[in-house]
Amino acid sequence: MQIAIASGKGGTGKTTIATNLAYFWQKQVKKKVVLLDCDVEEPNCHLFLNPTWHSSLKATAKIPSVNLEQCTYCGKCSDLCQFGAISCLKDNVLVFPELCHSCGGCTLVCPTEAITETEKELGEINIGEQNNLQLIHGHLKIGEPMSPPLIKKVKEQATQEDLIILDCPPGTSCPVIQALKGSDFVLLITEPTPFGLHDLKLAVEVVRDLKIPFAVGINRSTLGNSALKDYCAQERIPIILEIPHERAIATAYSAGELLLKKFPQYEKNFAPLFPYIQEVVSPCKN
Amino acid sequence: MTIAISTTGEDLDSLIDERFGRTRHFLLYDLEENTYHLIDNQQNLTSPQGAGIQAAQNIIKAEANAVITGNVGPKAFRTLNAGKIKIYLATGVTVREALEQYQKGLLAQAQDNNVEGHWL
Repeated sequence: MQIAIASGKGGTGKTTIATNLAYFWQKQVKKKVVLLDCDVEEPNCHLFLNPTWHSSLKATAKIPSVNLEQCTYCGKCSDLCQFGAISCLKDNVLVFPELCHSCGGCTLVCPTEAITETEKELGEINIGEQNNLQLIHGHLKIGEPMSPPLIKKVKEQATQEDLIILDCPPGTSCPVIQALKGSDFVLLITEPTPFGLHDLKLAVEVVRDLKIPFAVGINRSTLGNSALKDYCAQERIPIILEIPHERAIATAYSAGELLLKKFPQYEKNFAPLFPYIQEVVSPCKN
Repeated sequence: MTIAISTTGEDLDSLIDERFGRTRHFLLYDLEENTYHLIDNQQNLTSPQGAGIQAAQNIIKAEANAVITGNVGPKAFRTLNAGKIKIYLATGVTVREALEQYQKGLLAQAQDNNVEGHWL
């Protein structure tokens, strides 16, 4: 089962929820929990879990390389590429690796086999353990503009038998879609502020489009007015988690402490989540 | 010698478009014949990325020898350079004025991209 923790707005508490859920579920569900930190531009789950890193691998993507001696400058490669990553001129072919989506189409349409694929480095994937919890995170190479290929590779490290929690990047664009793909359930984290509500609406549109069951979790829930809850009620979106706005929680967070380790009284807020999600994802098994 | 000028309008009195990849048209002016024609760049207005590369490719295909525009990013610069097309920078002038400045040697030739690329 794969559960994604996402949000439209950044800084709403995705990582707080994801790390605490991982910590809590390995105790509650008694199953190996794998936490995938897919916020590869700024992975930070490890700050709260302090895992022992035991392996690391380089993630690469394929990009075209053109042998000009074999090229007839027919232009089929640049006509095919929707991203403008390969440009065929009169007597030269330019490759723009930062635009390439590694589909391999140019190598297939080339009539003279002048294009081969070479590897470009995307970043690094690190794997660590903490009790019965495995943390896998991707770290995008500095200067690399596209994170989805690395997010895909991070997700390939987990096996579907595990209970997978996925900490998504913020927003509603390609990196988030790549992270959400294949998830059984999405927990959208938001906060009762105008920005929180605005960006939640965008995120709801995305998960509805992807047809993934979802619910909302409200962080700092005692802030603000009732607009957020009114919206959820109107849209028939269940709110399955609330964490109050407390200075002590923020203080613990800023010291890199897990909320549930420091304040076990909040375990009761997290306890209904697993049974709820299991019921939504596979109702016939119960 | 043909010069491609990015422009918001369709004749010599139209303003230069500062954008290279996402300009509406290129006006191609033949300095020997003193004639011009337009090439359309509309399809690039909506492309999410690679507009500069595509525009540069079109200019190379149209066999222009130089470009006058406002800003050139790194990929457009690389593509125009590979096509051996000289790039001159001008802003806030009409096509006619830009051509006059070019002929008097007043326009600076871009030695590198003068703006950075942008991402979604």
